[in-house]
Amino acid sequence: MTEPTQNSDNKKLVYRLVGIIGGMFLFAFALVPLYNVFCDITGINGKTRGQALYQDVEIDKKRQVTIEFLTNVNRGMPWDFGSKVKSMVVYPGELNEVRFFAKNRSKNDIVGQTVPSVSPGEAALYLNKTECFCFDQQVLAAGEEVEMPMKFYIDADIPEDVTRLTLSYQLFNVTDSVKTESAATK
Amino acid sequence: MSDHHPTGFTRWLYTTNHKDIGSMYLWFSFVMFLIGGAMAMVIRAELYQPGLQFVEPNFFNQMTTMHGLIMVFGAVMPSMVGLANWLIPMQVGAPDMALPRMNNWSFWILPFAFTLLLSSLFMDGGAPNFGWTFYAPLSTTYGPPSTDFFILGVHMMGISSIMGAINVIVTVFNMRAPGMTLMKMPLFVWTWLITAFLLIMVMPVLAGTVTMMLTDRHFGTAFFDAAGGGDPVMFQHIFWFFGHPEVYIMILPAFGVVSEIIPAFSRKKLFGYSSMVYATASIALLSFIVWAHHMFAVGMPLAGELFFMIATMLIAVPTGVKVFNWVATMWQGSLTFETPMLFSIAFVILFTIGGFSGVMLAMAPVDFQYHDTYFVVAHFHYVLFPGAIFGTTAAVYYWLPKWTGKMYNETSGKIHFWLSMIFVNLTFFPMHFSGLAGMPRRIPDYNMMFADFNMWASIGAFGLGLTQIYFLITLVIAIRSGKKAEDKQWEGATGLEWDALPSPAPYHTFSTPPKVD
Repeated sequence: MTEPTQNSDNKKLVYRLVGIIGGMFLFAFALVPLYNVFCDITGINGKTRGQALYQDVEIDKKRQVTIEFLTNVNRGMPWDFGSKVKSMVVYPGELNEVRFFAKNRSKNDIVGQTVPSVSPGEAALYLNKTECFCFDQQVLAAGEEVEMPMKFYIDADIPEDVTRLTLSYQLFNVTDSVKTESAATK
Repeated sequence: MSDHHPTGFTRWLYTTNHKDIGSMYLWFSFVMFLIGGAMAMVIRAELYQPGLQFVEPNFFNQMTTMHGLIMVFGAVMPSMVGLANWLIPMQVGAPDMALPRMNNWSFWILPFAFTLLLSSLFMDGGAPNFGWTFYAPLSTTYGPPSTDFFILGVHMMGISSIMGAINVIVTVFNMRAPGMTLMKMPLFVWTWLITAFLLIMVMPVLAGTVTMMLTDRHFGTAFFDAAGGGDPVMFQHIFWFFGHPEVYIMILPAFGVVSEIIPAFSRKKLFGYSSMVYATASIALLSFIVWAHHMFAVGMPLAGELFFMIATMLIAVPTGVKVFNWVATMWQGSLTFETPMLFSIAFVILFTIGGFSGVMLAMAPVDFQYHDTYFVVAHFHYVLFPGAIFGTTAAVYYWLPKWTGKMYNETSGKIHFWLSMIFVNLTFFPMHFSGLAGMPRRIPDYNMMFADFNMWASIGAFGLGLTQIYFLITLVIAIRSGKKAEDKQWEGATGLEWDALPSPAPYHTFSTPPKVD
């Protein structure tokens, strides 16, 4: 009979299939960075990029873009959070500053993290922030109040049809996860 | 070889025989079908009229979630694996599955997986209540404590179906009888081979998804938590990368079943055998690039909407090839309408209706209206109940004589068919209308304007549920006291299991490979 060759054939095929399975399991995790890289390149998820530099930026005085600011406080976050102005009309390329404020209404120290999002998504690539509180976490003591500046410019290459964009900030309470992290590093 | 036949409970616990394991899979899936069906009855009872009558909203959500999970992972998938176990070795002329011990293991994981999942119903905080799609952050930040049991259960059933898929692939590649070339294989074997590849490609991705959920919940990662730099929308992308191929995993074996049954009762060869194979393979390949059509309303850019819309509509082409081939097989055949044939014809008609509503949902602009409404519920129940479940039912009637050596009562079978046919449409057809009018899914109460549609759907659902009890009785009577079946029960049947084996098929078959010309 051909039993032994049958067995080794089966083994070979099983190893290959297990290889595919292991590969696909890892692929699921690889999707996470792939997703972020893809969104970063195309800007389709409304995610803004990290800190930008304001150097040799050309200002387009021929048109103006309206930018609106939206703030949301997540459930379980006892802070007031908002912007001093609700919208601005700016020239593409010009450096602007908006002031945001945050106040910790609770009796505890709380760490906050804001997450920005731009709509329409394709405009995210053209919104450059040179200074933003969203780059770091904010620690506010009980009752503490701060003003936070945000400086940005809109790239002059922004498509003609985008005349209005919304920058939204969602504020999260990350006190617990910061605690566990520092506990882990100790 | 002697027909050695162990007895008692240990026969089932230790068995490595593909027929025993196939039977256990099928009975297990039937039990799950009844449990999941009972949950559907709770849902339909609550929705019988507007207002809250029987259950709390949170328990209602647990029912929709568990109904979906049990039916997808407990009823449909194991029933298909059961059919594969019984039929593939007999159809390719192999003595057993290639890896019989692993086969035993892959079955015996399932009762434990579903005990874990079902036990969550009795825990503090209740069972998972976030829908079978378990979107983050509902399942991560806001999931009940029992979510961890759900995660472990999904891991176990995933391992089980991966092992089942490995077994199918190795059996088909290495155990075919001499002369059984790939393009001579019965179509059921082909569709299962392709399904097995889909399984090993996407079940690991599901395992990865629930692993990320687990670490998000307990180990401080933030895959899906926006506050930590993660992204809940990414959960949907990863989930549907698994989820869309998953829906073809549930339907492709049923395609294979009706491709066997329709030629048998048309007394003609299957029309366009090779185009059926290629169409199945194309559907499987396309299933990997269409996942985001489940998330049109998530705020995708126009280019994304267009791509996923067009790719999705492309699937209608190979599916259409299959439907036309089934119709062409019947064309000018000498048809008879025994129960398996009735279920198969109903499969073709009703699956096509489900396919059409699928094409409607594929259109991104109108999907904004249909998204998360009962129209979606109508669509996927039309492809799953008259699709996957009618397919399995047809297979059970068709091969029962071969498996047990007993014939079912034809009148009982026909009564089962006609009741199922009437009630399945009464249940799910009105959902198209309530969905188009805007009734949302997964909500225990609804606007008065949907009252009539929901009453009809509920009456249909109760009838459909009772009809399946009738199916169980018909089966039990057939197995206990059915008339003796002939070796080739169906005049037009083809394939090794009918031509080369007696009925019932002996415990050990094809110890020496058959000759295939």
